[in-house]
Amino acid sequence: MIINHPILGPRDSQEFTYLGDAALIDRPDWQAEDAADQFHDYLYLRDNPAGEHRELWFHEQGDRSWLVVTRNTVTHEILNVELARDAARARGRSK
Amino acid sequence: MRYSGLKVIKEALTGHKGWRPTWRDPEPKKSYDVVIIGGGGHGLATAYYLAKNHGITNVAVIEKGWIGGGNVGRNTTIIRSNYLLDGNEPFYELSLKLWEGLEQDFNYNAMVSQRGILNLVHTDAQRDAARRRGNAMILNGSDAELLDTDGVRAMYPFLNFNDARFPIKGGLLHRRGGTVRHDAVAWGYARGADLRGVDIIQNCEVTGFKIENGKCLGVETTKGFIGANKVASCVAGSSSRVMEKAGMRLPIESHVLQAFVSEGLKPVLDGVITFGAGHFYCSQSDKGGLVFGGDLDMYNSYAQRGNLPVVEDVMEGGMALIPALGRVRMLRSWGGIMDMSMDGSPFIDKTHVDGLYFNGGWCYGGFKATPASGWCYAHLLATDTPHKVASAYRLDRFRRGCMIDEKGQGAQPNLH
Ligand SMILES: Cc1cc2nc3c(=O)[nH]c(=O)nc-3n(C[C@H](O)[C@H](O)[C@H](O)COP(=O)(O)OP(=O)(O)OC[C@H]3O[C@@H](n4cnc5c(N)ncnc54)[C@H](O)[C@@H]3O)c2cc1C
Repeated sequence: MIINHPILGPRDSQEFTYLGDAALIDRPDWQAEDAADQFHDYLYLRDNPAGEHRELWFHEQGDRSWLVVTRNTVTHEILNVELARDAARARGRSK
Repeated sequence: MRYSGLKVIKEALTGHKGWRPTWRDPEPKKSYDVVIIGGGGHGLATAYYLAKNHGITNVAVIEKGWIGGGNVGRNTTIIRSNYLLDGNEPFYELSLKLWEGLEQDFNYNAMVSQRGILNLVHTDAQRDAARRRGNAMILNGSDAELLDTDGVRAMYPFLNFNDARFPIKGGLLHRRGGTVRHDAVAWGYARGADLRGVDIIQNCEVTGFKIENGKCLGVETTKGFIGANKVASCVAGSSSRVMEKAGMRLPIESHVLQAFVSEGLKPVLDGVITFGAGHFYCSQSDKGGLVFGGDLDMYNSYAQRGNLPVVEDVMEGGMALIPALGRVRMLRSWGGIMDMSMDGSPFIDKTHVDGLYFNGGWCYGGFKATPASGWCYAHLLATDTPHKVASAYRLDRFRRGCMIDEKGQGAQPNLH
């Protein structure tokens, strides 16, 4: 699979390490009343769809940036690639 | 119809006209005591032991394709009882004991072959870990022997002992481990269940559940609604997709694992070898092909095929260990989709929905578990209490902090 890195252009997916569902960007608030429940779901439960999946890839053997890759888990087709930093900021995260 | 040597001779002499279909092909009834979703090894074994051990025979196994077309027919057929942790080893030891008596029990030739499994070690630390694992196995009633380099050389002189990076320093030998003719396992259990009255319904997909007031009343299928007192999901790599229809999110990701088979060779490898430094394992099938595999493709996948980088990686591992492989042609490769759970261990449990049960998360080790999984799942379905060797396989173990992290990789399914 070729991942079209937003800054570096097309890269072999072999250069990357896979982390999993991009929902991991949305880390729960540790001070919430139900933080333990939220962290259980965050850490262990997954939607695991057959089809489009937004996921985190780390450019370990490259510029060490984190990407959010939208990929079809049935066809392995890559539909969209963005910097995880941009994706996180768009969701209101400042760091 | 019972199979026997005499029957085979008789049929040979009379033109093979007396063989009958191995199981019936019934239309679904309106309702059953138990509906099992998934006609893989685990689903069929569950039906078999429900009937045999608990006398519950008003049972249907519902399979969307044909039985044995899933992972039970796609795996590399290795069975073993060489786990380390308390939550696991007694379960896999029960399974191996059941394998040892399986063919006599269900009167079907599954070609259970205890040809021995050798896990190679390449460093002092790996040897220490192997020694510890071997002790845990022996304490749980399994068998283990630690070999030094000469011991390994005496068994398999053709291995690459002097690889500069990964010299072979010995191995942990588990003589009772081995291989089984995998599709015959599905067929044997199907026949045993069918003979006891279980309906095996193929080409029928479960598309939803009927759940009212927190109680599961049956399943929607492509052949209409089928009522059930108890519904037992057992769909291997499809667990997330099926249980989602009951409103559940699972601690599971789906991943593809590839397997490979070479052209047929004369007998060269009489046991199973695993390369502990990379990730490569190999055995020789009774037809002569070398059967081998390695790592997952590492990202979520529902494609029943893999991608080339892992093919290359597996071949490299193979060449590093068995240089003679370089002369061997590969015939086929294929992939199977597996549940990869958050700690690499399975689930056999009730769900929060009354009457709905879940069996899954077998990762890439579920074939060896087939008999014990069926045995324990049947026990749970019949008695509503977990079997004692499967009592750690609960769905809420993450919440309770009681993970069974055999590989020590934490909540990283692709690393298990
Ligand atoms: C390449 C590979 C190598 C492996 N090697 C080994 C090994 O050497 N040793 C080992 O112990 N394990 C191994 N495994 C793991 C093992 O094969 C699986 O964990 C185990 O077979 C899963 O259980 P099963 O046989 O019941 O699954 P399956 O045979 O996959 O059964 C599940 C069934 O459910 C059906 N199904 C799915 N959805 C629905 C639906 N909606 N309605 C009706 N039916 C449905 C499917 O069609 C399928 O037939 C390997 C796996 C792979 C992919």
